[in-house]
Amino acid sequence: MRELTFEDVTVRFGSRRHGTVAVDGVNLVVPAGQVVGLVGESGSGKSTLARAAVGLAPLTAGRILLDGRPVQALKTRPLQMIFQDPYSALDPRMSIGASVAEPMPRGVDRRAEVGRLLELVGLAADRAGARPDELSGGQRQRVALARALAGRPEVIVADEITSALDVSIQGTVLNVVRELQRRMRLTMLFISHNLAVVRYVSDIVAVMRQGRIVECGPVEQVLLDPRHEYTRELLEAVPRPGAPLGN
Amino acid sequence: MAAPLGNVPDDLTPASPDKSPDASTPTSLNTPDPLDTVAPLDTVAPLNKPALLNAPASPDAPPRARAGRRWTGALHSPLGITAAVLLLAVVVLAIVAPLIWQDRADAVNSTAILQGPSSAHLVGTDLLGRDIFARVLVATRLSVGLALLATAIGVTAGLLLGTAPVLLASSTGHWIGRWVSRWISAFINIAVAFPSLLLALFFAVIFGVGARGAVLAIGFATAPGFARLTQTMAAGISSRDFIAAARVAGIGRLRILVRHVLPNIAEPLVVSATMALGSALLSFASLSFLGLGVQAPSYDWGRLLGEGLAQIYVHPAGALAAGVAVVLAAMAFNLSGEAVARAIGVRTPHTSKQTRNKRTRTNERTRTTPGLDRLPAEHPDTEDTNQPLLAVDNLRVAFPTAAGEVTPVRGVSLTMRPGEAIGIVGESGSGKSLTALAIAQLIERPGHAQADRLEFLGTDLRDDARSRGGEQLRAGGGLSASERRRMLGTSLAMVFQDPMTSLNPTHRVGRQLAEVVREHQRADRRTAWRRAVDRLAAVRIPDAERRAKQLPHEFSGGMRQRAMIGMGVMANPKLIIADEPTTALDVTVQRQVLQLLANIRAAEDVGLLFISHDVTVVGQVCDRVLVMYAGRVVEDLPTGALLHDARHPYTRALVAAVPDMTTDRDAPLAVIPGRPPDPHDLPAGCPYATRCPLATEQCRREDPPLAWYGGGRRVACWHADLAPAAVPDNRATAVPDNRTTELDHGSTAVPDDEPAASLGGER
Ligand SMILES: Nc1ncnc2c1ncn2[C@@H]1O[C@H](COP(=O)(O)OP(=O)(O)OP(=O)(O)O)[C@@H](O)[C@H]1O
Ligand code: SF4
Ligand SMILES: [Mg+2]
Repeated sequence: MRELTFEDVTVRFGSRRHGTVAVDGVNLVVPAGQVVGLVGESGSGKSTLARAAVGLAPLTAGRILLDGRPVQALKTRPLQMIFQDPYSALDPRMSIGASVAEPMPRGVDRRAEVGRLLELVGLAADRAGARPDELSGGQRQRVALARALAGRPEVIVADEITSALDVSIQGTVLNVVRELQRRMRLTMLFISHNLAVVRYVSDIVAVMRQGRIVECGPVEQVLLDPRHEYTRELLEAVPRPGAPLGN
Repeated sequence: MAAPLGNVPDDLTPASPDKSPDASTPTSLNTPDPLDTVAPLDTVAPLNKPALLNAPASPDAPPRARAGRRWTGALHSPLGITAAVLLLAVVVLAIVAPLIWQDRADAVNSTAILQGPSSAHLVGTDLLGRDIFARVLVATRLSVGLALLATAIGVTAGLLLGTAPVLLASSTGHWIGRWVSRWISAFINIAVAFPSLLLALFFAVIFGVGARGAVLAIGFATAPGFARLTQTMAAGISSRDFIAAARVAGIGRLRILVRHVLPNIAEPLVVSATMALGSALLSFASLSFLGLGVQAPSYDWGRLLGEGLAQIYVHPAGALAAGVAVVLAAMAFNLSGEAVARAIGVRTPHTSKQTRNKRTRTNERTRTTPGLDRLPAEHPDTEDTNQPLLAVDNLRVAFPTAAGEVTPVRGVSLTMRPGEAIGIVGESGSGKSLTALAIAQLIERPGHAQADRLEFLGTDLRDDARSRGGEQLRAGGGLSASERRRMLGTSLAMVFQDPMTSLNPTHRVGRQLAEVVREHQRADRRTAWRRAVDRLAAVRIPDAERRAKQLPHEFSGGMRQRAMIGMGVMANPKLIIADEPTTALDVTVQRQVLQLLANIRAAEDVGLLFISHDVTVVGQVCDRVLVMYAGRVVEDLPTGALLHDARHPYTRALVAAVPDMTTDRDAPLAVIPGRPPDPHDLPAGCPYATRCPLATEQCRREDPPLAWYGGGRRVACWHADLAPAAVPDNRATAVPDNRTTELDHGSTAVPDDEPAASLGGER
């Protein structure tokens, strides 16, 4: 159980003069054992912030801390990330068991652990030999989740993990994520542009716009009583069957 | 008579068939075109083999196509067998020939100089009376060996250069790494463009004339092309998320390269290397022939060819033997490469294009229906007396595939009144988009649509006997093909998911809009442009005058989508078909687009056929919803009933699976177990039976028809009245919708004589 903290994090792509500032001085705390949902329009910098946390995007300024210690300084990052696209998330040449075993620390019984993790995400342990192309999108995302858990992470970053999935499969993945997060008390940064999904999964919501966090607070509070204009706009825009669209 | 080797080739070329200009240069690997245009891995064809891309790609084919089987699969074609036999012969010869025939090949016999073919000497003897056939056989080892060596050098150098960027470049990495990899790329680009024969000659001069120089020359001439191929494919793999996942897991770059990148590009690389071997063999023969390769007293095919050619007028067979050997061996390698390339074909379905839309389409296009089972024709909407805007009855869309005809849409019927908004929802692959395309007459060959009735504004849209389902052409009724196209062009508008693919990136947005009316209404340029600007303003593009002059990429995603809709309403359409128009957009932009569609509909009384996988969006925009499953409409109900009063178990499950802003956060979401039925093997009964909690023996035996249900609702389920109790909805604050529940109990007589249908209306 760890607390993930972003301190004045800035990420700039390209040169100082011609680049884009994808993340602009973000301060955000993901409390230990809780889920922070990050919402915002596309291009607002959500993914970049997530990738910065796991070291896939360079920090231009600021620090990312785990329990107060900079993650860059840690020898192994107890952070794992799950990606948006289930079709590119797994090596097509590796059995799913091998994929799941990859991030495991040395000296564990890989076979048993792979089986345990697959069972954990709702897949039969004997599917370990299967190749990704034998699995549906939802099953692949669950394997990706198992792989993330194999690294014994204390923090998981999930970037739009259900947006490439069909609605009928989305529910299965969300159930597994929610259930595991609660059971293992994982710290989680959950990114989605779907407010209903974020509402279902998160304890805290952060709203991002143009590289900045414009509002952050407990889910019920932010969604029922939004303070920022943009949050209200977002909530307005959530489709509600039967509700008038307005002009 | 022994002419100096260097002088022979040109005037004697016709005598040696293999010495065509192509064969004499090691170009096949380095031909720039295929390398420059190398596609991302999914479509990567080994060099020079575009034909590979046409291999039947069947993403839904049994997934267990494992590497081994694919490689051995090469043996199932005549090409593959030929290649395998040749290859085996070459390899066996290279190993055994020197052991068996060495003495014979070296035996000088001054009594038998320059003899023609005889039983003792199959293709005669050379200047020293040595048996040429034996010499050709013995030379196999050296020729193939040197070619192998050269290829090995080329492949190794190519691999090192090509994978260097993967090892060095990194988003967080050091600038030196990025700098070095950029220089390597630049170097490869230049080297690839360099004519390879020139490169070979250049190296021959540097390393000296002789076998060693030639090996290095050919090796290094091979390298850039190979490096480029490796680099392109490695870059394609490196951008995949599983590489990022491995990096997050702390796996080192070298391990990532070895474990993830190389295995995924190995197959095409091996194939290319095999073909490169063939080219190296030819190149080597050319160099030796020119006197730049193997030097006496050793001999390879190139030298034998040269020696033979000097005596070609005395006895041609001697000259030809070495030539034939070179051709056969080169063919063995090239054909093997090609056969394997064909066999592995376009690879397993890890396509990188992962837009929903794309997947939907591929799935839809490959669904199979063994024995196309037609729905019984449905009853036209008897309540509707005025002419419908759109009437579709028993629409089927089929595609021929290798495995027989596939029918992804199996009997869809719907009727739309003018100004009505109908939504179509369903999982990926359920046939939503194809239904829309078929209505708009946009199904491309070899696919074809059939319908018992397909009328838009009272006009029969079906264009030939084939699409009329074999029915006789009705007298009159139809318009000519061009009139029909014009009618569709002005009265029907189509909006797709990704506006970037539907707008031409090289033309100004305004001009693309203007074209619509210029084409269909013969408006002059000025009028058309004014209308385009007006329509852009109507779809709320700010500063429309200026924006009309911009190119599509200067628009944001939402603006592009609005421009597409603007294009749709250029010519006062009566029907807009929108296929997932907001799936690529975020909520705020989505709302704007939905509002725009609603406003247009209200202002101009336009019908809307709105396709989406999102029940909440459909619920907000449409009056009526059609739920599709496995190519059929399984429920047709008013939007108000969708959330809480749907009667098909599938509809209910679909609604419950989607969280909305009222979903109970403490309960798990409802899930739909299993998957849609295997399109290759649709069950005899209800296609939903394997996933349905209410399925009975009857369901598995008989396919329920889409039957009237009361209040203008239709449902295809034997146990529709049990569904609400069996599949609870997930809404914490379920607001009972009186409007629709009332309707359900007012039982409209079911004009259907299906006694088996147990319908809610009959309770
Ligand atoms: N590698 C990169 N190079 C240059 N610009 C980038 C790069 N990655 C992201 N950006 C830019 O950074 C900004 C934020 O991107 P990001 O992917 O974080 O958005 P997002 O909120 O995740 O959007 P979406 O919801 O569409 O995924 C965008 O303007 C994007 O164009
Ligand atoms: S017909 Fe039977 S199997 Fe099909 S949806 Fe209805 S109850 Fe389920
Ligand atoms: Mg993103």
